[in-house]
Amino acid sequence: MLNQMTLSFAIIAILIIAGATAAMTFRNLVHCALAVAVAFAGLAFAYLQLNAQFVGLAQILVYVGAVAILIVFAVLLTRGGEAAEKKVFSASWIWGGAIAVAVFGVLAWAIQHSFASQREPLPEAGASVKQIGTALMTKYVLPLEVIGLLLTAALIGAVIIAMREEDKSK
Amino acid sequence: MADLDQIFVTLKHWLLGQFANVLPECWLPIISILLSLAPILIVFPSFFAIMTVMERKGLGRIQNRYGPNRVGPFGLLQPAADGIKALIKEDVVPRAADKLVHFLAPLVLVVTAFTVYAVLPIGRNMVVLDLDAGLLFFFAVGAASELAVFMAGWSSRNKYALLGAMRAVAQMVSYEIPLILATISVVMITGTLSLPQIVLAQGTYAGLLPDWFVFTPWGFAGFILFMIAANAEANRSPFDLPEGESEIIAGYFIEYSGFKFALFFLAEYVSLFAISGLGITLFLGGWNAPFPALAFIPSWAWFFIKLIALMCLFIWTRGTLPRLRQDQLMNFAWKFMIPMVLINLIATALWRFIDAGLTRWFVCGAIVVIAYLLLGRGLMQGKKIAKRTYRFAD
Amino acid sequence: MTPLAGYLLLSAMLFAIGLAGALTRRNAIIVLIGIELMLNAANLNFIAFWRFGPNPEALTGMMFVIFAIAVAAAEAAVGLALIIAIYRHYKTTAVDEVNHLKG
Repeated sequence: MLNQMTLSFAIIAILIIAGATAAMTFRNLVHCALAVAVAFAGLAFAYLQLNAQFVGLAQILVYVGAVAILIVFAVLLTRGGEAAEKKVFSASWIWGGAIAVAVFGVLAWAIQHSFASQREPLPEAGASVKQIGTALMTKYVLPLEVIGLLLTAALIGAVIIAMREEDKSK
Repeated sequence: MADLDQIFVTLKHWLLGQFANVLPECWLPIISILLSLAPILIVFPSFFAIMTVMERKGLGRIQNRYGPNRVGPFGLLQPAADGIKALIKEDVVPRAADKLVHFLAPLVLVVTAFTVYAVLPIGRNMVVLDLDAGLLFFFAVGAASELAVFMAGWSSRNKYALLGAMRAVAQMVSYEIPLILATISVVMITGTLSLPQIVLAQGTYAGLLPDWFVFTPWGFAGFILFMIAANAEANRSPFDLPEGESEIIAGYFIEYSGFKFALFFLAEYVSLFAISGLGITLFLGGWNAPFPALAFIPSWAWFFIKLIALMCLFIWTRGTLPRLRQDQLMNFAWKFMIPMVLINLIATALWRFIDAGLTRWFVCGAIVVIAYLLLGRGLMQGKKIAKRTYRFAD
Repeated sequence: MTPLAGYLLLSAMLFAIGLAGALTRRNAIIVLIGIELMLNAANLNFIAFWRFGPNPEALTGMMFVIFAIAVAAAEAAVGLALIIAIYRHYKTTAVDEVNHLKG
């Protein structure tokens, strides 16, 4: 059983890391967008593996089904789908890479020396959709309403920002 | 007749028992899943083959001509001829095409088209995966198929393919909202996202008609809205501008030939069956029989009877209605369907909280009908539509 | 290595990759993709702690992630709209060429 879980964890980890690395290094922007969609799908499998059904399916619906398509549309609308640029990485790329490696180093050290590395896993307690619904309507109703407001504002804002301006001089 | 109803379940348990005698313990879950999946992979492609013949002959009759009638008696072996043709055609890949993405696009589309069948209840006790959030699984995997459409259009490096792909993705994204909101009414009434439970909730027979959700005012409106949105999601006429045969030839799969084209075709029809199956599960009572007297027909047979009826409905609308232009299509989704589906949600909520009887029928029915009339008339105001005249058919 | 430590390390690696991309790439859309990867790494952290942590019945981790996914999607939409508007004006999406306020 543990072997089965470690094997699936390894596959999911490879999928996520490969997708993310590909997304950050490819030249062609549409390839980057498709690679990040693979990374999102890998993350959804990780959530399903951790028995968070609702979140995993919401991840596929929102990220793979909407955000990835949004990124692709933005790439096509800004002429990213054709010739590659002259330089892919900016002039100070070495500093960016060094900072990222340092951040990973600090986090890995913190994880190794924390309780997470010593404590054995507790048994599972899944969350049914009914429990999530009840929680959303009783304990988390205020964040739910605020998220509704936020999404409305984002929708209207995005449309207004990206709308073509009326040419008043003509 | 409970034996005939459960014949496939008992067959699977028997086969699993046979394998258990031969193989070690840890292989059994995998064998069990494979035994559940094999019927889906056999039945629905065969149904696809039957459907292509049905459609071509049906369309032909609507258009006052015979359909295919050369291969086999009454043209019924046409799918075999089509299959052989697709397999022996040369697989042409354009030189400038993006090879990996061009290869993967039909695969991703077919995989997502078949994955959604894992949560559809085909008969009593006959669902592959009884997920707690089954309906969400269906929509999530359906949303993932849009990316495959885009991949197909973009990787061909063809202006018309890209145009078709963008139109198709815009259409699918726009019609996803009425599709999902129309099903929320059903979820509100039954209180669960699990599809077998929704079918069980429609299994009672109170009064003259069965307790299916389509026989309630909000259910009827919801079913019609769901069917229109499903038509648009599957890129079928009258919403088939992305693959309009007389306009941009085949849209996003114009550069595909041979077997890959057959895979696109298969994926389109298989996802059409899946979404009709979902409509049957949510609104038409799933595998339940309409009257208790007819319950001797097995549950899986009822599912397929309802599926064939819905397919005839789709073929009928394809042959009758003209194609919608892209802007008409988007206007229809955003300005008519979304307000209509939100008002349907209000009607559903009122249905839940008013007690059973004639009042709630009247109130909910009035809300739905008045909303439809107001929206329909209101949106037609600014358009100048002349009276229809016929040149030759008078 | 316990399963929890495994998931936390995976999340840290994903965060670092997203950070590296956001700091080094020239195209604004790739920077946005890097930011989305960082948000996803944090979500993975939350779900891992919800599953292996002390109190799974409270659903706190899962709720946070549901809201975080919604917020991230809204932010991606607005960010991409901004990039499109900037492209219309400056005719470029490279982040080091949009420097008219410099100096």
